[in-house]
Amino acid sequence: MKRNEQNRLLALTLLALLLFSPPLLLLFDREGSWGFSTLPLIIYLIWAVLILLAALTLERPHEE
Amino acid sequence: MRSDITVLIVAFSYLALLFVIAAWGDRRAEQRRSLVNSPTVYALSIAVYCTAWTFYGSVGRAATTGLSFLLIYLGPTLAMLCGWMLIRKMIRIARAQRITSIADFISARYGKSGGLGALVALIAVIAIMPYIALQLKAITVSYAILTEYPDQTLPALSLSGFLSDKAFWVSLVLAVFIILFGTRHLDASERHEGMVTAIAFESLVKLFAFLSVGFFATFVLYSGPHDLMASAAAELPHLGRRFGLEQIPGGALGWFGTLMLATLAFITLPRQFQVLVVENVNEQHLRRACWLFPLYLLLINLFVIPIALAGLLGGSATGEPDNFVLTLPLSAGLQALPLLVFIGGLSAATSMMIVETIALSTMVSNQLVMPLLLRWRSLQLASRPDLSGWLLGIRRVAIILILILGYLYHALIGEAYSLVTIGLVSFAAAAQFAPALLLGLYWRGASRNGAAIGMIAGTLVWAWTLLIPGFALSGWLDVSFIEHGPFGIELLRPYALFGLEGWDIYTHALFWSMLVNVGLLVGISLFSRQSHMEQTQAALFTNALRPEAEQAPIWQGQASRYELFMLLSRYLGLPATRRLLGQQPEPGDDSAATPAMIAAAEQGLTGALGSATARILINSVVRGEALDMPSILSILDTTSQTLEYNRRLEQKSSELAQIGEELRSANERLRELDRLKDEFVAMVSHELRTPLTSIRAFAEILHDAEAMPAEKQQHFLEIIVRESERLSRLIEEILDLARLESGRMTLNPERCDLVELVQQSVDAVTRLYEDRAVELALKLPDSSCMVIADPDRLQQVLINLLDNASKFASDADSQVLLTLAPHKRHYRIRVEDNGPGIVEAEREKVFEKFHQIEQARKEEGQPAGTRPRGTGLGLPISRGIISHLGGRLWVDDPQQLGGACLIMELPKAPEEDNPSGSCG
Repeated sequence: MKRNEQNRLLALTLLALLLFSPPLLLLFDREGSWGFSTLPLIIYLIWAVLILLAALTLERPHEE
Repeated sequence: MRSDITVLIVAFSYLALLFVIAAWGDRRAEQRRSLVNSPTVYALSIAVYCTAWTFYGSVGRAATTGLSFLLIYLGPTLAMLCGWMLIRKMIRIARAQRITSIADFISARYGKSGGLGALVALIAVIAIMPYIALQLKAITVSYAILTEYPDQTLPALSLSGFLSDKAFWVSLVLAVFIILFGTRHLDASERHEGMVTAIAFESLVKLFAFLSVGFFATFVLYSGPHDLMASAAAELPHLGRRFGLEQIPGGALGWFGTLMLATLAFITLPRQFQVLVVENVNEQHLRRACWLFPLYLLLINLFVIPIALAGLLGGSATGEPDNFVLTLPLSAGLQALPLLVFIGGLSAATSMMIVETIALSTMVSNQLVMPLLLRWRSLQLASRPDLSGWLLGIRRVAIILILILGYLYHALIGEAYSLVTIGLVSFAAAAQFAPALLLGLYWRGASRNGAAIGMIAGTLVWAWTLLIPGFALSGWLDVSFIEHGPFGIELLRPYALFGLEGWDIYTHALFWSMLVNVGLLVGISLFSRQSHMEQTQAALFTNALRPEAEQAPIWQGQASRYELFMLLSRYLGLPATRRLLGQQPEPGDDSAATPAMIAAAEQGLTGALGSATARILINSVVRGEALDMPSILSILDTTSQTLEYNRRLEQKSSELAQIGEELRSANERLRELDRLKDEFVAMVSHELRTPLTSIRAFAEILHDAEAMPAEKQQHFLEIIVRESERLSRLIEEILDLARLESGRMTLNPERCDLVELVQQSVDAVTRLYEDRAVELALKLPDSSCMVIADPDRLQQVLINLLDNASKFASDADSQVLLTLAPHKRHYRIRVEDNGPGIVEAEREKVFEKFHQIEQARKEEGQPAGTRPRGTGLGLPISRGIISHLGGRLWVDDPQQLGGACLIMELPKAPEEDNPSGSCG
């Protein structure tokens, strides 16, 4: 149970690192509407999803 | 527009509010109804990460270098995602070892090294001072813009006008605040609940202020983000593709480098260590902070791009990008919102200054000043009755000095040196602590020398690649060395070290400094030895999250309760000492303090003074010294030696037991032999007496009876002769046996033919067999069977075997079979009879001397006279002779006749030129 939680968090950190670094980063940098890049929007979205996943992992009922 | 007075009143009222909140927090803490005991307050206090640099600078960065501002917040998000493992470990260690700052932490990890702690403190002061100046500059500039708008010329900074500089007064107020709430008491744990409450409140204020501006820019000035983006696209066509990767300095690589930089700095910045680790009340709070703090960062960055766009669209009315947050509401003619923004910026700046100053002053007093003072004039200090005032005094002076230095930095070079860059420069310096800290947490082998040298080298590279060129660009130095390298050495150009060009300066500096730092740390650690203290601390740090990592301090020496109490009260004051050690002992109390008390005292002192100093102090009162590592190791050594001796003793005693067992069985065997000997003697006497008696009887008859017929006389004489023969045969056998036993039997081995010997032996017993009516069958090979043997003795054996066989053959139709055949490298002679045979258990016993007792019993049922009893010595003698000749004699399973079967085996004689040997 405890091990599991740590593994999930570790995987989440690695996922975040992967998503925030090239080459995946280069994929997000596309031309959007009015000449703006899609990068900011996607980064904000990924960020929000990561926080959500972290909250779900950490706030699930845990015995201590 | 806005009068100075209004702004000043609002600003200082806000600071006064901070005092009230902090005082309230401290009051609640004293009443044990702590406000800080909440994960949300903890998460908000971590938001001290967002300084004025965030508040004003993010928009500026977004307007000039696009999305790069986000990296400063994505890094901490990464760190917090794994914070439940990483930061929790740090919290647990800090709690167990009463660690008060990052300098203390690193010093404790590497064997409580005082030098390393001082080094970290020194680097931190150098790196962070400009950062504090940056906050002061933000306050000055924002105040000027707020009061002078629309005039946007920045106020001239100079030392002469410091009395009219609001930043000076703000730092003065902050100094008072920090001294009041940061150094109120020297608690064992350097926790400042009132201060943390105020910081959490400030985090809410700055978030609210920033969101308000963002909301205003997006939804009041423009009708939503779409409108804003459409306007930006229409009115600013030269922007091109905004907020893409190519806008970021260094592109994708620069992005990654800055991300790493922010991740490392978030953990190693002294103020972050203070709020994350030192001020943590309950490690479970980290659970919520790990996602709530990233959420806070997300929220405070949500409107950065809209504000930047709106600011850019505002043109000359909004002026410099760094001031957009303030000028945007000002240009719209609002009254209250700019004031709110100013307060938000003020809160961001003050919160950072408060925490950073506390962290730095703790480091300076515990790692730099106190160790020096204690060493320098230890006698005077030791004689002082109460040092707790001293300690607080040093810390307060440090606070004032740090703030004054920060202010001087701001006033003297703040204008010249682009302060905005100093944020990342400070980050890069703080990141130099990361290898020693993080590797130290997970790699036991990291050594003090490696950490110190790596850190020094990394810091030097940092200074060369970031700090010094920064000074040069501010006009303090000649910039030519940036272009052409020092003394024209192109390889050493600070922004393109060893020709590494095309990187942004931060990634470039991070890469080189980390390469050197980590390289030296790992390299030197691998090739150096750790002291015992280092090994223990390394083990305690790396295993901190294991449940069994409860550390038990071991003290061997003795200290009197009174001395210990006085030592502690000198440094911590009476109330704190009472809390730690209980009631004050009588002055003459010589009773020894318990090890738990000494450990508590050390922890208490560590909390106030740092681990290295605390150890020195405790050693000064503990007689017979604290148990140091070498002595613990020697105790271990002794114990393991004792164990080794024990083990050997055990081995010896088991050997003894075994020997005893062998002795007992030998003894039993001896007794058995003794019994057999007695029986033998009895039997021999009986055997000798029997013929002797009959000889004597017949001799007497012949002597007395003269008128006896000659025929009868002849018969008696025959009996006498026969009995005498038997007697002499018996004596001969006993002598043989004695010779065999004592090894004095002399054999004369020579080549002889077994077949021939068998023939002779059979001839010798033919009469006997005929008398006993036993049929003897022979199976002999045609060729001769040569062996090396004493023929006389061998014949004796053969005759004995044949004699025995004839005795035990069945009464009716008695048969004996003798077979001679080669077997491998031997010849075997098998003598079988058709008697009752010998049971398996008896087979070895027949070769024991005097086994004849059993035989005698068997013979009782047989007609006396026809089969004379043997002496019971024939077979033992035979076996002795055969084994002397290198052969064997044993009883085997019957093969043809079903009775007893004795087998004699002798080795073949080696081939000779003349095989036909003669038997002598």
